[in-house]
Amino acid sequence: MKLKGWKELTPGAVILEAGNAEEFKTGSWRAFRPVWIEENCIQCLFCWLYCPDMAIKVKDGKRAEYDYDYCKGCGICALECPGKKGQKAIVMVEESR
Amino acid sequence: MARVLAVSGNEAVAEALRQINPDVCAAYPITPQTELMQRFSSFVSDGKVDTELILVESEHSAMSACIGASAAGGRVATATSSQGLALMWEMLYIAAGLRLPIIMPVVNRALSAPLNIHCDHTDAMGARDSGWIQLWSENAQEAYDNTIQAFRIAEHMDIRLPVIICMDGFIIGHSIQRIEYLEDSEVKNFVGEYKALNPILDIDNPKSYGPLILPDLFHEYKRAQHEVTTNVKRVVLEVAEEFEKISGRKYGFFDAYRLEDAEIAIVILNSAAGTSKDVIDEFRDRGIKAGLLKPRLFRPFPYEEVADALKHLRAICVLDRSDSFGGYGPLFLEVSSALCQLESRPKIINKIYGLGGRDYLPQHAEQVLEELIEIAKTEKISIIKEYIGVRE
Repeated sequence: MKLKGWKELTPGAVILEAGNAEEFKTGSWRAFRPVWIEENCIQCLFCWLYCPDMAIKVKDGKRAEYDYDYCKGCGICALECPGKKGQKAIVMVEESR
Repeated sequence: MARVLAVSGNEAVAEALRQINPDVCAAYPITPQTELMQRFSSFVSDGKVDTELILVESEHSAMSACIGASAAGGRVATATSSQGLALMWEMLYIAAGLRLPIIMPVVNRALSAPLNIHCDHTDAMGARDSGWIQLWSENAQEAYDNTIQAFRIAEHMDIRLPVIICMDGFIIGHSIQRIEYLEDSEVKNFVGEYKALNPILDIDNPKSYGPLILPDLFHEYKRAQHEVTTNVKRVVLEVAEEFEKISGRKYGFFDAYRLEDAEIAIVILNSAAGTSKDVIDEFRDRGIKAGLLKPRLFRPFPYEEVADALKHLRAICVLDRSDSFGGYGPLFLEVSSALCQLESRPKIINKIYGLGGRDYLPQHAEQVLEELIEIAKTEKISIIKEYIGVRE
């Protein structure tokens, strides 16, 4: 992508195109990766609701895999996950492992 | 027909704001500005304006609310002094960086410590590099006129920058002076209807203010901001010319008083210029060619024009009502920078006067002019920067 010169910028750095966060992949910020364990999932979709980005995919009303391009590893989904019989359906794993 | 009244500087600027009728005003009281916003809030309570007055818990919040309202698409004003302006510091840069045309009278007052409520220019000088345009005012009339012109300058589509209008705390803010008000309709026509640029409340075209800009673009945004600032001088003169047509009062980058044939001169901001002009008249009566330059537009500073106005002089004293400890006074730095581009230049000295409301008296101007006569004669400077009107 060609970077803009100073004469091509909007006044005050205002972003005029809505929804452009999609173009900015933030997954590389992650230190901990959430891992979904399907057998412990009760399909409450709390993770989808609580995710501050759009890293949790839902297909036909059911939880699907992570979109790791947008997951910064905040861990909110893992914290909120009620799991099944005391077993979490989302666990955080260190990226380097 | 102009209305001639006797009012305080604060009252005059509040009247200008009433005539302009901004959409939003967020303010917090602080001496010596308090009276200004108190009078304006009465206009709000009495239904004389349509302004949404937001009472906030601090000046940081006042400026934050102004930024939000301006980005939303409103015409916005506030006012402050001293510690209040200091507390706004981080938001000042944001208002300018987001290119929001907010108008803010600053009733100049010293900064703590020691605690003091009286006039000096330390507060506004602290905002020097924030990206705000600064207009300085000698008296209530100029503060009123500058406030009205400030809206046109700030809101010009080639500019879109916030403007500070300075006047001296108490000396101008609270003292009663003769003033000519314009008619409400004249002011209304002059400032015109507010045109928003990329307002957030235009919900059909969603947009984001305040994104993170990393090293790949930040430098370019600042270069663009610099470019906008270079347009300000042109717009200030255009607006002044139009203002003269409705008011009969002429404004430029600075007031040059008996300067054309002068050999020595004082450069000084705001109310102390009036006292200096009286003393200059006395020296002129004695046959001494003295003059004065009083900057009106301090940011952006009109370097070329100031240099041109001062280049023929033999000796100049720049009087600063604020100090930069370990440096020269801020006005001295600007005038020196302007002159240093000349092949040959006048001798120049710096006096610090009037801090924390210490009176600037005719004898101080006399003392300075006598020293300039000596420097012009001998071409020797003993001390470059010195406090005057100070007890040993």
